[in-house]
Amino acid sequence: MSVVTNPAAPKYRRPSLLKTLQKHQASYLMIAPYFILFFFFTVLPVLMSIIVSFTDWNMLEMPSFVGWNNYVKLLVEDDIFMTSLKNTLIFAVITGPVSYMLCLLFAWIINEFNRGLRTVLTLIFYAPSICGNAYMVWNLILTGDRYGYLNGLLLNLGVINEPILWMQTEAYIMPVLIVVQLWLSLGTGFLSFIAGLQTVDKSMYEAAAIDGIKNRWQELWFVTLPAMKPQLMFGAVMQITQSFAVADISINLAGNPSVNYAGATIVTHLLDYGSTRMEMGYASAIATILFLLMVGTNKLIQKLLGRVGE
Amino acid sequence: MSEIVKGQVQIKDLPPHLQKKLRQQKIVPSLKSKKLNRSVAGNALLFFIMGICAVFMVLPLVMIVNNALKPLDELFQYPPKIFVRNPHLENFSDLFVLMNTSWVPFSRYLMNTVIITGLGMVGHVVIASLAAYPLAKHNFPGKPLLFSMVVLSMMFSWTVTQIPQYAIISWLGINNTYWALILPAFCFGMGLYLMKQFMEQLPDSLMESARIQGANEWQIFWKIVMPNVKPAWLTLAIFQFQQMWGNTGSLFLHDEQLKPMQYALQQITAGGAARAGAAAAVTFIIAAVPITFFLICQSSILETMTTSGMKD
Repeated sequence: MSVVTNPAAPKYRRPSLLKTLQKHQASYLMIAPYFILFFFFTVLPVLMSIIVSFTDWNMLEMPSFVGWNNYVKLLVEDDIFMTSLKNTLIFAVITGPVSYMLCLLFAWIINEFNRGLRTVLTLIFYAPSICGNAYMVWNLILTGDRYGYLNGLLLNLGVINEPILWMQTEAYIMPVLIVVQLWLSLGTGFLSFIAGLQTVDKSMYEAAAIDGIKNRWQELWFVTLPAMKPQLMFGAVMQITQSFAVADISINLAGNPSVNYAGATIVTHLLDYGSTRMEMGYASAIATILFLLMVGTNKLIQKLLGRVGE
Repeated sequence: MSEIVKGQVQIKDLPPHLQKKLRQQKIVPSLKSKKLNRSVAGNALLFFIMGICAVFMVLPLVMIVNNALKPLDELFQYPPKIFVRNPHLENFSDLFVLMNTSWVPFSRYLMNTVIITGLGMVGHVVIASLAAYPLAKHNFPGKPLLFSMVVLSMMFSWTVTQIPQYAIISWLGINNTYWALILPAFCFGMGLYLMKQFMEQLPDSLMESARIQGANEWQIFWKIVMPNVKPAWLTLAIFQFQQMWGNTGSLFLHDEQLKPMQYALQQITAGGAARAGAAAAVTFIIAAVPITFFLICQSSILETMTTSGMKD
C-alpha cells in the first residue's frame, strides 16, 4: 500500500500535491467525510474563539480588538480566577488519577465474570453516567438539616451533635465535590477499558504463566496493561478533559457562585462570564488558558504511560 | 479469504472432538486458562471492595425506579424516603393523558427523536470509523497533524465554541433542520479517537494477507477491520446514543414540528408541583431507553481475539 520513500536517496524530489493525493487516494477518500465536517464544526469554531479571546465582545456590539488585555487581566487582576485555578488543579491532581485507577480496577474485576453478570455489573457502575439526574441522590444525602441522610446517620452514631450545612460550609465543599466527582466519573474511560479487555488475546495469559508470571498483579502489569495500551492512552485523555472541566457538579450541589467561591472551577468561572455576564472575549481567554493547561498535562501523561509494563 | 482471518470462527463453534484436540496441542488456550493466577484471598478482597462501591453506584437507578412508582403524597413526603411503600402506576397514566394534550401529536416528537438519534449515531459510527482506519493503519502526508487536531479539539471548552458554531450553522443554511444537530454529531472527536486506538491493535499481517488476496481498502475496512473491532464500535454506539438522546435541540430547532421528544418531555416536567408524578415517570422513561440500548450493546460485546489465526 504505502511505498517507503527514503529522504536521503539521491535525486529525491518532493512529490507534487497531485501525485501525493493520487498515491494515497483511498486513505484521503476515507478520511474526507469526517475531516470536511470536522473543519466546519470544530476547527473553525475553535479558531474563531481564539481570535475572540483577543477582543472585547458583549455579543450585541461588534467586537473590538484589545490585544493581550483579557489575558493580562485574567492572570494579574482576577483573584477569583486564581481560586478557581487552584480548585481545578486540586480536582485534576486528585480525581484524575484516582478515577483512572478505579475505572481500570473495576473494569478488570468485572471482566472476570461471565457475560450476563458482566453486563449487569457494567450497568451498575455506569449508572451515574447514564441516569440524567444523578445529582438528586446527593442532594438527598447532603441536605443540611437533620433529615439529610448523612446528617441523620452521623447524629445517630453520636459523631456530631447538630446537623452540618454541608454545601454552605467552605471547608466541606471541596472534599464533598471530590467524592461526588469520583462517583460520577466512571464513564467513558470505564466502558472503553471494558471493551479493551475484550480484545486482549487470551493465549497470552497462558504463555505468560509458562514464562513465570505468578499472581494476578504481575499478570495485570506485564500482560494485560501493555496489551491495552491504546485504550489506556484514550482513557487518560478522557480523564484529563473530564477532571479539568469539572463544573456541573459544583453548580448543582454548591451553586454558582458558591460560598466564598470555595467550589469555583475554571469552567464555572468561564460559564459565569460566558453565559451570565456575556463577556465573550474574556470567556474565550479563559477557555484558551484551560486548553493550554490540558494540552500540557496530556503531553506529560502520554510520556508516563509510555512506561507501562517496563 | 479464509474463515479464520475474518475472525468469525469461535472455538466453541467447532465440533467437540476438534476443540479437545486443539486445546491439548495448546493451539488454543485450554478451558482452564481463565482461572490462571487467581488466589481466593485476592478474589475476596476485590469483590468486597467492589460490593461496597456497587451499592453507591446503583443508587440513582434505584431512586428513579422508586420515584416513578410513588404516589403523589409519597413524592412530597418529608423527610424523603428512597423506597416506595405503596407502588402504583398512576404516574404513567397521568403522563399519557398529558402527552395527548400536546400541541403537536406526540408521535411526531417521537419520530424526530428516532431520526436525530438514529442517524446521528449510525452516521457517526460509520464516518468516524472510516476516518480512523487510515489514521491507524495507513501512512500518508498530514496524518500526524490531522490526528493531533482531533485529540486537541476535545480539550477546548464547548461553551465558547458553540457561538461560532451557531454562526457557521446559520451560514450553511441548515439552521432549523435536523442537519443542524446531525452533521456536527458526525464529527465528534471522541469517536474517531476511540476507533483509531482499537484499530491500532490489529496486527498488520491481517490486512496484508487480505491485500495479497486482492481485497481493496474499502473491502478490508468492512470485512476485516470492522468485525474485529466490534467491542469498540458497540461502545461508541452507546456513547453516541446517549449523547443524541439527551439533546433537546433547543438552540437550533425552532419549529415545534421538528423538536425531539426530550424537549416535549421536559415541557411536561416544567409544569410544577401538580405534575410531579408525571415528571417522575418522564425521568424514568428518559433513563430507561438509553439503559435498554446499553444492555443490548454491552451484552453483545464478545471476546474478539479468541481465534489463534489472529496472532501476529
